[in-house]
Amino acid sequence: MSPKASTEVETVLRLTDITKRFGPLTANDAISFELARGEVIALLGENGAGKTTLMNILFGHYVADEGTVEAFGELLPPGDPRAALDARIGMVHQHFTLADNMTVEENITLGTQGLFSPKLDHTARKRIVDLSTNFGLSVNPRATVASLSVGERQRVEILKALYRDARILILDEPTAVLTPAEADALFRTLKLLVQNGLSIIFISHKLHEVMAVSDRVLVLRAGRLSGERKTAETNRQELAALMVGQEIAPPQVAPPRPGAPLLVFDKVSTARRGTGAFLDRVSLTLTGGEITGLAGVSGNGQAALAAVMSGVEAPSGGTISVGGQTVSDWSPRTALASGIARIPEDRHAVGSIGDMSVTENVIGERYRSERFSKRGLLDWKAARDFAEQLIHDYDVKCPSPDARIRLLSGGNMQKLILGRALDPDPIVILANQPTRGLDVGAVSYVHNRLLAARDRGAAILLISEDLEEILALSDRILVISKGKLSTPSSRGERSVRELGELMAGHAEAASHAA
Amino acid sequence: MRLEPKPAPSLGILLLYPLAAVAATVVIASLLVLAAGASPFSVFYLVAKGAAGSQFALMETLSRATPLIFTGLAVAVAFRAKLWNIGAEAQLYMGGVMTVVLGTGLLPLPSYLLIPIIMVAVMAAGALLLLGPAVLKTRFGVDEVVTTLLLNFIVLLFVSMLLEGVLKDPMGLGWPQSQKLIAEARLPRIVTGRRLHYGFVIAVVAAVAMWVVMKKTTLGYEMRAVGHNPEGARFLGIPVNRVLMKTALLSGGLAALAGFSEVAGLKGNLTLDLSPGFGYTGIVVAMLAVLNPLGVVASAIFVAGVFVGADAMSRSAGVPSYIADVMVATSLLTMVTAMLLVRYRVRWK
Repeated sequence: MSPKASTEVETVLRLTDITKRFGPLTANDAISFELARGEVIALLGENGAGKTTLMNILFGHYVADEGTVEAFGELLPPGDPRAALDARIGMVHQHFTLADNMTVEENITLGTQGLFSPKLDHTARKRIVDLSTNFGLSVNPRATVASLSVGERQRVEILKALYRDARILILDEPTAVLTPAEADALFRTLKLLVQNGLSIIFISHKLHEVMAVSDRVLVLRAGRLSGERKTAETNRQELAALMVGQEIAPPQVAPPRPGAPLLVFDKVSTARRGTGAFLDRVSLTLTGGEITGLAGVSGNGQAALAAVMSGVEAPSGGTISVGGQTVSDWSPRTALASGIARIPEDRHAVGSIGDMSVTENVIGERYRSERFSKRGLLDWKAARDFAEQLIHDYDVKCPSPDARIRLLSGGNMQKLILGRALDPDPIVILANQPTRGLDVGAVSYVHNRLLAARDRGAAILLISEDLEEILALSDRILVISKGKLSTPSSRGERSVRELGELMAGHAEAASHAA
Repeated sequence: MRLEPKPAPSLGILLLYPLAAVAATVVIASLLVLAAGASPFSVFYLVAKGAAGSQFALMETLSRATPLIFTGLAVAVAFRAKLWNIGAEAQLYMGGVMTVVLGTGLLPLPSYLLIPIIMVAVMAAGALLLLGPAVLKTRFGVDEVVTTLLLNFIVLLFVSMLLEGVLKDPMGLGWPQSQKLIAEARLPRIVTGRRLHYGFVIAVVAAVAMWVVMKKTTLGYEMRAVGHNPEGARFLGIPVNRVLMKTALLSGGLAALAGFSEVAGLKGNLTLDLSPGFGYTGIVVAMLAVLNPLGVVASAIFVAGVFVGADAMSRSAGVPSYIADVMVATSLLTMVTAMLLVRYRVRWK
């Protein structure tokens, strides 16, 4: 099974019949697989398929209800992250676990030295430099983490694992925050690591990456191992089918019928805050009956743009008009009142209030309207009827409108947020990463709802880090880089390569020259 | 050891766990009673008898519960919005000050006018006292735990200054105490000859009102949303800072009513020992009630009963009445643990 044609395959990791249940939900159902020395396994599946749970069990964050984990022939005691580290398993989390105010080398050596050793061990610095040159992980060991780019931070995470002699490296969605060029550099590093005998588990839901880096693909669907293929013997269509359970049709997109400009940003700026990107005199017009896609690498100002458009942040300069009316006193309430629907990027932290019920969550944007309250008294019956209506109309699976929304799966939560936003027939829709982490069924559901809203005449801004999603849905594409917008391009006008260049911040001059 | 969330608990479980918590409290307190050389059975019998064994005992317990209901409500309302008001003690004293300022003859009005006027003024005084920390928190991010806690000491010294100065009773033989309230400003007793007064009724009405506010009004909805997830609440268009201000006004006002009820219902004048820590005990009361306003009434009566009963017990059994503090503290720990176990499963290893 190893790419190297050795007669004897050395198994470094063996998972046997791992089962994990959370109440009625079975997150992992009797999953078994082996990882060989020098092999790259891709763990493919939508969020909610059980990838993260499985890795958390492997890494000792969760205890499996059944099954065992063996590393290098030794049984790992369940529920002990230190045992995983000692067994030389390293993990690079999707959300980095670095101390921002410390230097790179301090972060890397953190936890490896005795509590009372006064100074940094000087052999440490040499090892870090060696590792980073050997594996193409260039980063300045003296720099503080706060000053690093996202790609550099990821390299620090990998160095951290290597410094602890990891022989098995788990990467959780490593490319989600990278530019295409950074991702290519990461893949080269992975190749070097494998040549040095490391084994890698690469978690992703992006098919083209999986095809590019792995030797073998394990597909998870709804907690089960739905398929296992050698990468050389499969293709994207087959993997997609294994992931979803059926062939998925791309959304049917009717030609747009552009209407009037419904949202106009005129030289909108936002305050500079921390290290995040800010907007500098951004002008943007959203036309009714069109989906405008905003492509870009995470952290280039999408958050600031979304914060302004959803009303959470008032611009420090410039004007905003919605439906032809200039809106002053910009706030979430005025944004809602002027007809903007918002689908936030983070449905757990922002889009919902986890410990409140489904009913309480769905009335959140309109609890003060005539429909749900009179003279400060809430009409719980109307609220509950509305929740039941959304549950029915949007096909939400939930035990009852009184259930805490935290207990719902990501897809069902997103359907409720979508319903909450679209029910008042908004004229402008902000869809910020509307399908992130959803299974394919839910993704196409969300896409179709957005397309239906477009055909009804709404102006939609779709922010996504998934270029394929942007390309599939957008009538017009803008690229954001370092807080600035590119010139728009209509469907099919720019190639993926050109968009990638714009995302990396290079070709703006070229496109101006053209 | 780790915690994993459980699905929603059934009603039976919800009722079973508090009972288990009480049982655990009794077991732990028994060990201390044994260590003090007495029989747990007779001690708990005496505590129960002292708390509720006679009409007199019961009225004493309810009378002691009255200020705890007010401070418990103040804390429950504030904590629901994650406004950590540790200053109910100071707000209580401000309520006491406002009661004697208006109630010692300044306003010669009949009771049915005077008492409502005093109550409104008292609530305003407590509300304004908490408004300061709330403004500091929302404007500058100053931790309200620190400001409200330290205000307790400042206000106590301020009251001491007043009682040695402008509010000092000229007929008080030099004691730091205020003049007596005029008769029209006093809350009548519910049963003649017993200490229980109409402040208890006001407290229960306040609890019901707070329950309605939390469950049925947009304000209660906003407070809960802000408490659970301020960022999410802000996204929904809830004015988070304004809600925190309103919460502060409500909470400060409720705590100040405890001072009014003690002065107008029980003591008749303001002294420096008006409260043996009712403001702090209010935190325990609110936590025991899991911040439910109606639960606050029950937990205030329970806590008051333990204190009153332990006083009576210590006189006859010779076990120090400090056992009451131990029991209340233990019950808080067991109750918090029980509520945790209702919602999470503990995994050892």
